[in-house]
Amino acid sequence: MFGKKKERREAEIPSSSLADIAFLLLVFFLVVTTIDVDTGIGLVLPPPPDDTTPPPPIRERNLMKILVNSQGMVLINGQPTAVEEVRERVVEFVDNANRANSPDLSVSPQAAIVSIQTARQTPYDVYINMLDEVRGAYAELRNSASMQQFGVRYDQYSDSVERPADDVIRQMYPMNVSIAEPDPGN
Amino acid sequence: MSKFQKKNAKAKQEVPTTAMPDIVFMLLIFFMVTTVLREVTLQVRVELTRAENIEKIEQKRLVSYIYIGPRIVGNNVYGETRVQIDDALIDELVFIRRIMYDKLLEQPRLIVSLRVDRESEMGMVNDVQQELREAGTLQINYSTRRLQ
Repeated sequence: MFGKKKERREAEIPSSSLADIAFLLLVFFLVVTTIDVDTGIGLVLPPPPDDTTPPPPIRERNLMKILVNSQGMVLINGQPTAVEEVRERVVEFVDNANRANSPDLSVSPQAAIVSIQTARQTPYDVYINMLDEVRGAYAELRNSASMQQFGVRYDQYSDSVERPADDVIRQMYPMNVSIAEPDPGN
Repeated sequence: MSKFQKKNAKAKQEVPTTAMPDIVFMLLIFFMVTTVLREVTLQVRVELTRAENIEKIEQKRLVSYIYIGPRIVGNNVYGETRVQIDDALIDELVFIRRIMYDKLLEQPRLIVSLRVDRESEMGMVNDVQQELREAGTLQINYSTRRLQ
């Protein structure tokens, strides 16, 4: 009796069109997907100004003031500079330890701070070019330090480091870029 | 003669297709996971600048965009510089604070990507940045293309 029941054909869901359905969905997602990755210049803004806590004291020589004025001219510590020269100047300023220990340049790369100020009419693309140069300076410094210590370029080295905290080169040359408070007027 | 016939009859080889749905499903799941469906219709012109030392944003899901540029009025006619978040133009910059704060609550590791037109001036960008600071969304990214 039981045996007879078992012999009955089991009901099956037809699965031959499964592949077709999956293909259809696949094509939909293929069409919709945008592959292009977003690229850009990352930055961390300072927290909102607080009236009760004064800003930390910074020695004058550790601060490099870059001002991009409304005509798109770049002034470093008050001196007009071409945008193409910014990289050179930043490298010189940050990496004072390797050079003649000039009293005008930063005490150490860790202490160096690059401060950027803009006016309201500053063209955006000049600002980005200038930021690009500053980042280029740090990339140059990190690359040469990485080549010296590990014999590989910095991007290869940073890929091999598992935790960001272990990145020795980054600790050697931390990128301290500060966005200055914009002028409320003009 | 019979030799050929015999061969013909025997040679019925087939590629096994039972695993095909599995493969297709694998691909499907990959594309489903990587797809970000939401795309906005731009109401401002955003022509990005180019730069050399840029980084990729790996986690696209953390990113929220702010568009800054001249408003598109008609064909090649542009109005004043405006700010757009998602699908809406922002009338008063103070609203950015609320919007971004709400987004930050949803995604604590939010990165704000500023897509700014190349002909903009820093005044508007600075104003938006001040609002972002008030909102607490401090991780930002200036969207740029790679220099060729």
